[in-house]
Amino acid sequence: MFGDMIRQKSFGVSVIIFAVLLFAPSFLPRFYIYFLAVIFVTVLLAMSLNLCVGHGMIFQFHHGVFYGVGAYTAGLLLAKTSLPWWIAFLAGPLAAAFAGLLIGIFCIRLNRLYFGMLQISLGSLIWAIAFRWYDLTGGDDGIHGIPIPDFIASTTSSYYFVLIVLGICLVLMYLILKSPFGSTLEAIRDNPERCAAVGIHVRRHQLKAIVIATFFGGVAGVLFVVVEGSIFPDLLFWVLSLEIFIMCLLGGWFTFAGPILGAVIIVSLRTFVGMIQNIGPIENVGEYWTLIMGVILILLIFFLPEGIMGYNYRQLFRSRAKYASESQVE
Amino acid sequence: MLRVEDLHKSFDEFKAVNGAHLTVEKGQLVAVIGPNGAGKTTLFNLITGQLKPNNGKILLNDEDISKLPPHVICRKGIARSFQIANVFHRLSVFRNVQVSVLSQQKLSDKLFQPAARLVVDETHRILESVGLLDRKMDVAGSLSHGDKRILEIAIALGNEPKLLILDEPTAGMSPEETATTMALIQRLAADEDLTILFCEHDMEVVFGTAQSIMVMQQGHSIIQDDPEIVRQNVEVQQAYLGDE
Repeated sequence: MFGDMIRQKSFGVSVIIFAVLLFAPSFLPRFYIYFLAVIFVTVLLAMSLNLCVGHGMIFQFHHGVFYGVGAYTAGLLLAKTSLPWWIAFLAGPLAAAFAGLLIGIFCIRLNRLYFGMLQISLGSLIWAIAFRWYDLTGGDDGIHGIPIPDFIASTTSSYYFVLIVLGICLVLMYLILKSPFGSTLEAIRDNPERCAAVGIHVRRHQLKAIVIATFFGGVAGVLFVVVEGSIFPDLLFWVLSLEIFIMCLLGGWFTFAGPILGAVIIVSLRTFVGMIQNIGPIENVGEYWTLIMGVILILLIFFLPEGIMGYNYRQLFRSRAKYASESQVE
Repeated sequence: MLRVEDLHKSFDEFKAVNGAHLTVEKGQLVAVIGPNGAGKTTLFNLITGQLKPNNGKILLNDEDISKLPPHVICRKGIARSFQIANVFHRLSVFRNVQVSVLSQQKLSDKLFQPAARLVVDETHRILESVGLLDRKMDVAGSLSHGDKRILEIAIALGNEPKLLILDEPTAGMSPEETATTMALIQRLAADEDLTILFCEHDMEVVFGTAQSIMVMQQGHSIIQDDPEIVRQNVEVQQAYLGDE
């Protein structure tokens, strides 16, 4: 009953937010429209990662790779071939999901931390390819000025495209998480041993979750190309993977919408801290962005281990939890 | 139905199970007893595939299941509970049981159907039969220890097992809870036509309910027989009952 209420309220809130965002281009300056589009892309990326991290407790430490694979696939097909745009847009997520499957097959045999470490190594291989293969990828310069189809080439039209794709993906993710597949994935998160004992092939189920998550990560990569019109190796670098991991933790990794909040906060901080030039005698404050990130992470671990939205949820149910711990005393 | 023949399992140098024999006939309520560290839990973990034996056979209806992984063994009709309350602590009581019902009906992979509307009746029926229906919306982690143990049995029932294995179902329970739980187990055995294998510390509980008792000591089985014969056995009295 409680759950129903929260859900209805949050459903109303999201409809209102979506409606406001639909009209945003008519009253916001161009920079902020671009800025919102960047946030949308990052939101989708963080949400796709959280399918693994928050709902599956699969420590996908290098999710950025799949974002990059999606972006590079779409970007290269648009820039170097004359294939229609929609093939490039479809190929991005599919390539990402395929990479997710390949890397997943190796990693899924390992547990938790070791899973993450192997994934960082294998992911870094892909980064190295993008970084070194000058003829194809443009190396560390990347490729700029990728031809984007006319109907989504302007700032406003790309904004709408990204917003609509994000909306569709969020609805799909919500449905997946509420489906038997998602329910079982969360059960594996809570207790893999018990899940195996009720007849669930735990590793195969987790692998499917990785493929789904990397597919959505690839969609985010394609959207990045739409917004920026360029690709570069930083998209596959582990620093980005760490950043989106923190977004999930910060927003609340056991909640559905937590990563949205986390992505909004981190991208906003990164952008606006990056714009600050000098504060008094300190020069180039923006360059210390990673320092601020580190402080956020430390505070997070100590004070909000389940993220911002995880914390609110706890407060709501505190009375019930208290009752339960009292009744446990024998 | 289930036959364990000369089973061995060692961890490094320690022989946890060292020549265990066990027979479970269809419809029986079988107990395994033995002092702490006798290898009861290890034996159960071997049967349900959490551990792999070094030697010996585990035959389910004459098929050797000793090398199969847990989820396959479960599909063959053996469900279990664990000694430590082993539930999905962030999920509601309802979803805890639903996970195993979904798995049983091979629906776990469905992607775009709302789980909330699937197998609701089956899940409710199980929750009602164990008496947890009124707590179905509570988060499993918030249940009392006794209720978590009951929930564990409910999760196992979701698999519609032919053989239900319970590892110390009443461990850590108050005397009243123990009585209720044993009554529940006996009722399940009768109503659902279940074969049940369990291990227990409490001698009264075991001799009051089991139809056949296997006694373990230091990893090997001493005897398996009717409760009265086991009670008379000299070796058992020395090994176990004499200490009481």
